Amino acid sequence: MKDRRASHSRWRFWCHAEESIAVALMAFSFLAVVGSLAAILMTVIVKGLPALSLAMLTQTPKGGYYLGKEGGVLNAIAGSLLLAGGASFLALLLGLPIALYQGVFAPRARWTGAVRLALDVLWGVPSIVYGAFGFTVMLLIGLRASLLGGIFVLTLLELPIMVRGMEEVIRITPRELRESSLALGTTRLELMAVITRQALPGILTAVLLAFGRGIGDAASVLFTAGYTDRMPTSLVRPVASLPLAVFFQLGTPFPEVQQRAYAAALILTFIVLVTSLGSRGLARRLARNVVK
Amino acid sequence: MESHITTRNLCVHYGGQQALKSISVEIPRRQITVIMGPSGCGKTTLLKSLNRLLEVTEGVRLSGQVLIDGLDIYAPNVDVTEIRRKAGLLSQRPYPLPMSIFDNVAYGLRVHDRPNRRELEAAVQHYLRLAGLWDEVKDRLRTPAARLSVGQQQRLCLARGLAVEPEVLLGDEPTSALDPISARHIEGRLLELKQQYTVVLVTHILRQARRLADHVLFMYMGELVEAGPAEKVFKHPEAALTRAYLGGEF
Repeated sequence: MKDRRASHSRWRFWCHAEESIAVALMAFSFLAVVGSLAAILMTVIVKGLPALSLAMLTQTPKGGYYLGKEGGVLNAIAGSLLLAGGASFLALLLGLPIALYQGVFAPRARWTGAVRLALDVLWGVPSIVYGAFGFTVMLLIGLRASLLGGIFVLTLLELPIMVRGMEEVIRITPRELRESSLALGTTRLELMAVITRQALPGILTAVLLAFGRGIGDAASVLFTAGYTDRMPTSLVRPVASLPLAVFFQLGTPFPEVQQRAYAAALILTFIVLVTSLGSRGLARRLARNVVK
Repeated sequence: MESHITTRNLCVHYGGQQALKSISVEIPRRQITVIMGPSGCGKTTLLKSLNRLLEVTEGVRLSGQVLIDGLDIYAPNVDVTEIRRKAGLLSQRPYPLPMSIFDNVAYGLRVHDRPNRRELEAAVQHYLRLAGLWDEVKDRLRTPAARLSVGQQQRLCLARGLAVEPEVLLGDEPTSALDPISARHIEGRLLELKQQYTVVLVTHILRQARRLADHVLFMYMGELVEAGPAEKVFKHPEAALTRAYLGGEF
């Protein structure tokens, strides 16, 4: 009797120990994630905020900007928004039909498996490879480094991210909803509209996730979009972008210019932050029609 | 008895498994036909084969015939959307479309008839009344359907299904997710609607079957065990299996 009680209390002790280890692990992981986010934000803010001025946001680089003189990075802000916006739009146009096909009509078809694999591989391709590939193709067809070229390459970069995200939310739309819609005698196209509407909050999240990836990528636009100190005016002229603005300014030997790199990084971070927070709010509003 | 729907040697396979074994049955017009039997006996499969919803599921093979008004709905040149429009479906749990109450009912009308605004409003009101929901929602037609209670949602789905003017109403245990009062409400509607529609209902609730059925099909393990007028099947079942089921043995 006594023996059993002793073994029982030993068992209880191990249970408690296991519990504490699990909790400690979770706390550590949580701190690691939140801590690194905080550290990144702090660095960018502390180093960038002093250099951030109205001129940075409203002016293009004046002569001698890269030596620490007057001007701002408006050209890069506009260029980045156009690049990532255009690419997200194109990727959505291409990606939504893919996601609907994979998620609704043929989730287990052999083709679907192949497309899914291809997208996963594309997801893993380093963005500099996209840049190099895009550059080669552009040389072949005689397109110079330009907004259009940048948009095309960023579309390739964003497509897999968007499609996998959208497919996931489309696949979890209730089967009964599809049946209800079909039972009313709808065609597949009308069914797709219903499903898109049901999955809209998730689709939006996928689009903005891809937008965030696209706007932050430097390597893919390095050769394909080029860089310029002017505001973007044409699809076939080079455009500036924020990641490259950061890259070029950090590479100078002048501390003022390096500080401006952090300011540009702060602007970029802010744009990404606003889109992801904004998408959450919007998704919540869109979700009010959705039956869980 | 005038038969509305007829199946001939209907067999359904899911992958390697046979779910329906050569079902030949007649479903009378403008009556409530109840399909009953223990779970997994093929009730829902039979129901969904009647409006070709079954083929949405991957890996389904079907052979034999389903005739609605003598027309084989699985014939190669048949317009499947037209078949599905003719046979509306109420599922176990209501799934309103992700839009407002008004738009839910208007959806089918817009898809098929493209009515003008006045016609649309009149029609939506008419079908919401028919489903017994109008008085509860007339002041909030533009709010999302998702805000309704489950019982109201099921009646909304009924209105939505009626709006495309089907001839047949298929119900897949349409009251199983509802509270008793809402369930009674739906049952009452179905009893009224059988004046105009042929109703086919799957249920595993014996008492509900007794309350509603004019005609009964009893299924077991993918086979049709017994079919006939409700009176006869409930009072004088022929097959031993039916007697056992009605006696509550399984």
